[in-house]
Amino acid sequence: MQYMLMYTEPESKFAERNDPKAAPDYWGAWSTYIGAMSAAGIVVNGDGLQPPHMATTIRVRDGQREVQDGPFADSKEQLGGYFVIEVAGLDEAMTWAAKSPSAVYGSVEVRPVLPPMKP
Amino acid sequence: MSDARQVAEAAARASYGRLVALLASRTRDIAAAEDALSEAFATALRVWPERGVPDKPEAWLLTAARRELSHTARAASVRASAQHLIELASAHAVQPDNTAFPDDRLKLLFVCAHPAIDAGIRTPLMLQTVLGLDASRIAAAFVVAPSAMGQRLVRAKTKIRDSGLEFRIPDCDERATRLADVLQAVYAAFSTGWDDVSGADDTVRGLSGEAIFLGRLLVALMPREPEPKGLLALMLYCEARRPARRCRDGGFVPLRTQDTRLWSRDMIIEAEGLLTSASRAKIFGRFQCEAAIQSVHCQRSVTGRTHWPALIRLYDLLAHHETTLGVLVSRAAVIATSGDAALAKQLLNQLPIERIDSYQPYWVTRAYVYRQLADHNGARDAARRAISLTHDPAVRAYLSETYNVR
Repeated sequence: MQYMLMYTEPESKFAERNDPKAAPDYWGAWSTYIGAMSAAGIVVNGDGLQPPHMATTIRVRDGQREVQDGPFADSKEQLGGYFVIEVAGLDEAMTWAAKSPSAVYGSVEVRPVLPPMKP
Repeated sequence: MSDARQVAEAAARASYGRLVALLASRTRDIAAAEDALSEAFATALRVWPERGVPDKPEAWLLTAARRELSHTARAASVRASAQHLIELASAHAVQPDNTAFPDDRLKLLFVCAHPAIDAGIRTPLMLQTVLGLDASRIAAAFVVAPSAMGQRLVRAKTKIRDSGLEFRIPDCDERATRLADVLQAVYAAFSTGWDDVSGADDTVRGLSGEAIFLGRLLVALMPREPEPKGLLALMLYCEARRPARRCRDGGFVPLRTQDTRLWSRDMIIEAEGLLTSASRAKIFGRFQCEAAIQSVHCQRSVTGRTHWPALIRLYDLLAHHETTLGVLVSRAAVIATSGDAALAKQLLNQLPIERIDSYQPYWVTRAYVYRQLADHNGARDAARRAISLTHDPAVRAYLSETYNVR
């Protein structure tokens, strides 16, 4: 089955990405984790995302486009990246979620991916 | 007719969970398994009175349910999961010995208590899938609306089917925590029965009998694990005292004044045996420790006394491993009864106010401790608070009489 792992991080961790002192550890932890997933051959696809202040949220209401500067919800933790993995079941997906750096300082949401729609 | 019905009902009670577990373990579709099984039971009630009860009713029901599943699967062949159902049905269609089908109930229990399933629905899910209890009976025991309970059960089953939860026994490294979740869910079923001391109304009576059945099942399925034995012993020690919890006019009788002649000797003896057997593993377990505490209480039926120092030691041990509010409050109560009310007061006052605010046992214990310290105003205040948090009229009456408050 395929699952999307959505990694959320607090503001302080987004800041570490560009902090000369903290950045090597921050990126090092992620590349170790991603390397392990690649070695296990479970990665379908995935990416890190630019920080939440780079987000633009669009809604169309009564035919009018409403544009908001920032993420859709203002919460302490924000989406920092995602991976879609192919594993046997939820237990294995949860195990991979727990291994990620953000499981320790943020959270990881695990969602089964809907199978492709029939034509 | 009534014979066939009785056999069908007996088969339903004895093998419902086995059949659901077996039918659902590969597809993970518990709802489809239950539907197929209820069709099979309906067919049995129609066919058995005419053609006689089959030699192996369970095997007959299994075959009928599988046939039903494969029909359903063919009808819904557009759905991706259908293929699995057909495979399941055909894979088992020819089986040399139908009586020797495997028991997948342990896997089913672990699925029901999976950490990905909301803790509040684990117990209802177990009761429904393993014992075949209907949603309205479960809803009554948990004091929620039947429709809400039905919805939550459906949602949980859908999650099991569609989110890739596997029917499997957890590996060694996660075994202990996963088993603790299963045991906790069984104990929660027992507790619904325990809080309802009166048990007068049959429709809302608790689920203690069902919980004890699940406890026995776990002991049988995991004979090497000590904690299921601990849990079963704990439930039996408590259940043994049920007849003594009410006096003849329906009034509440607290443990320390119960007539021990009313306690069930058979249950206590069975519990002692289980606890002894569990202790051979020499692994601390929360339920073994709680059972040991109840064992000390039950010893009063033999010795005529309660061994308070042993109780304090056991509560210290339990609090060291399980720092729950219930444990801390009970420990304070035991310390007060054994003579150190000042220490008990100190322990109670250390508990954070937001956690004890609406916790009835805390206020009952506080009233008891303050009365021992001759702080009668403090005792009455606590008793009033306890009464406002008590649902059972007999317990309310007992508290208001004991502390002379309205």
